[in-house]
Amino acid sequence: MTHRYERLVEVQALARVEGEGAMHVRVRDGAVEDVRLEIYEPPRFFEAFLRGRRHTEPPDITARICGICPVAYQMSACAAIEDACATTVHPAVADLRRLLYCGEWIESHTLHIYLLHAPDFLGYDSAIALAQDRRDLVERGLALKKAGNDLIELIGGRAIHPVNVRVGGFYRTPAPAEFGPLRERLRRALDEALATVAWVAGFDFPDFEHDHELLALVEPGRYAIGSGHVATSGGRSFAVRDFEDHIVEEQVPHSTALHARLAGAGRYLTGPTARYTLNRRWLTPLARQAADAAGLGEQCRNPYRSIVVRAVETVYAVEEAIRLIDRYAPPPEPAVPVPPRAAVGRGATEAPRGTLFHRYELDADGIVRSARIVPPTSQNQAAIEDDLARFVAGRLDLDDESLTARCEQAIRNYDPCISCATHFLDLHLDRG
Amino acid sequence: MDVSKPTLAVWKLASCDGCQLTLLDCEDELLAVAGRVRIAHFLEASREVLPGPYDISLVEGSVTTAADAARIRAIREQSRTLITLGACATAGGIQALRNHADVAEYTSLVYAHPEYIATLATSTPIAAHVDVDYELHGCPIDRGQLLGVISALLAGRKPDLPAHSVCFECKRRHRVCVVVAHGLPCLGPVTRAGCGAICPAQQRGCYGCFGPMETPNLAAEAELLGATGMAPDDIDRLYRLFNTTAFADLLDAAGEKS
Repeated sequence: MTHRYERLVEVQALARVEGEGAMHVRVRDGAVEDVRLEIYEPPRFFEAFLRGRRHTEPPDITARICGICPVAYQMSACAAIEDACATTVHPAVADLRRLLYCGEWIESHTLHIYLLHAPDFLGYDSAIALAQDRRDLVERGLALKKAGNDLIELIGGRAIHPVNVRVGGFYRTPAPAEFGPLRERLRRALDEALATVAWVAGFDFPDFEHDHELLALVEPGRYAIGSGHVATSGGRSFAVRDFEDHIVEEQVPHSTALHARLAGAGRYLTGPTARYTLNRRWLTPLARQAADAAGLGEQCRNPYRSIVVRAVETVYAVEEAIRLIDRYAPPPEPAVPVPPRAAVGRGATEAPRGTLFHRYELDADGIVRSARIVPPTSQNQAAIEDDLARFVAGRLDLDDESLTARCEQAIRNYDPCISCATHFLDLHLDRG
Repeated sequence: MDVSKPTLAVWKLASCDGCQLTLLDCEDELLAVAGRVRIAHFLEASREVLPGPYDISLVEGSVTTAADAARIRAIREQSRTLITLGACATAGGIQALRNHADVAEYTSLVYAHPEYIATLATSTPIAAHVDVDYELHGCPIDRGQLLGVISALLAGRKPDLPAHSVCFECKRRHRVCVVVAHGLPCLGPVTRAGCGAICPAQQRGCYGCFGPMETPNLAAEAELLGATGMAPDDIDRLYRLFNTTAFADLLDAAGEKS
């Protein structure tokens, strides 16, 4: 009888991700037998306690799912409820929302690039350790991140969990003159963002490509952020209102997050590399040029290069913010009324880490009867696990410590937001 | 490595990460703070984990699992000064809305496989489990207050945290009262100061994310909210949000008195 060799690589608490999770890899007889990205972030039951709330409440409530991307939750919630109530917001409100969202892309991407991801490529435990050797780099990252936060604060009233967003628009719209100093700041931020692309493009990227189907919102004419239809690299295309026909979620034993898959296809990936691959042509010339110079090509299927894509998207978000500020004229009213009606509404927007779907069922008084939230990380979990299995299989010669560190880095490629991913089936799905 | 610097640890229980992100959002001060302390445990920012004990522990999140109840006791034992951050840690957070539901029924209805999930029936604040030295309120906490507390502790003095209402802060900032001028419902009179009265600045009433002030007059507030046209159901919803346990305890106490 041969001796069976079993090797376990475990990371009990993943560092530099949002939320709490762990990873288990089981190798037996030289083959990867099992890979699990375990999400043990405690359940918080958002979809359950949204029931019984007024239709005006989900933007503030769902923001609390994630402190890193609250604007994404507020925007998807507004989109879904306005869809249910057949409301169209004023174009200037739509622009102001896009501007607010640019702030979140800048803030979240820069957080990930400088504080969470870059230390992996440079061999540091943290950006704070990196700052001891290269303070200038970390200061540049913090300055760029602050520009994003300043933009959110100006429009949203607060950087984390903004207070100015409401269904139908905003509570108050800023006067154009309020953007003056910030516009100047964003001009400098554009230089910082371009320098960031050049910096991360020089990192050493392992040879690794995946073949996951890629999914993102697409909006012909511009890089989709807060609106558009859903498209995939496999040629699938559908309206946001049909998302439940195409995206199926299931519960797995090892995770408090649900796994999503494309009906009839299987695992897929959403997020910056999916957006870049599907929407590259809609980048600004400057952002596209930066992508070309960074060697990104027509599509990006190496998850390690996602850091370059985030940097390119940051350039885009800064440029787009300046463009939106330059053409900003306040709407006649900060918000349009949103009278409730008995209906189901669906909305999707591009959170920094991928497409975020919301669905609400309202009664005639505007009381939420059921809610469903499909965050990016639960959509990506199957793809991340698949990557990890292939990645580990090719690197079994590494010792445990370096293999563990490399696996952690592989997970961080996806900027997983574990706080977001933790949620549960809603009542409707379970009765069947 | 400078062993003379005080050690700082950041911990997370059930929460959104927003309060600990507030530390990383101190873009102008982060590196200065990092120069004054040894960051010994801060998973969101660093892989490096140093063993305890820790001089200052910042705790985000509420207790919702048996494992976390044990974990917070272990953290307390390892921490000289323990500071709770935000509405989850100080009041159970929005996830404490489960405390008012029939959890057994709720669970069996919601889960496809409830056997995979370990969770308690309630979401409780840290102070319900261990002694807490200072509490920073808010959903999320205020950046200035966080820096103020860290600076005070490093200087060896007691942090100065307000217990008065948002109204004081609002007046001090020369804001127009949204209740008087616009007839908007506002929890400012009963809510703890600290945010900078940011909602009235956006022409919106305060929604109480910093929790109750020290001596709130809920009866007078009920009249005020009623006068703006709010129905009792909606007043109830307004209180039952991010600090639901803190406000609900007061409402229950007020109900028993009347």
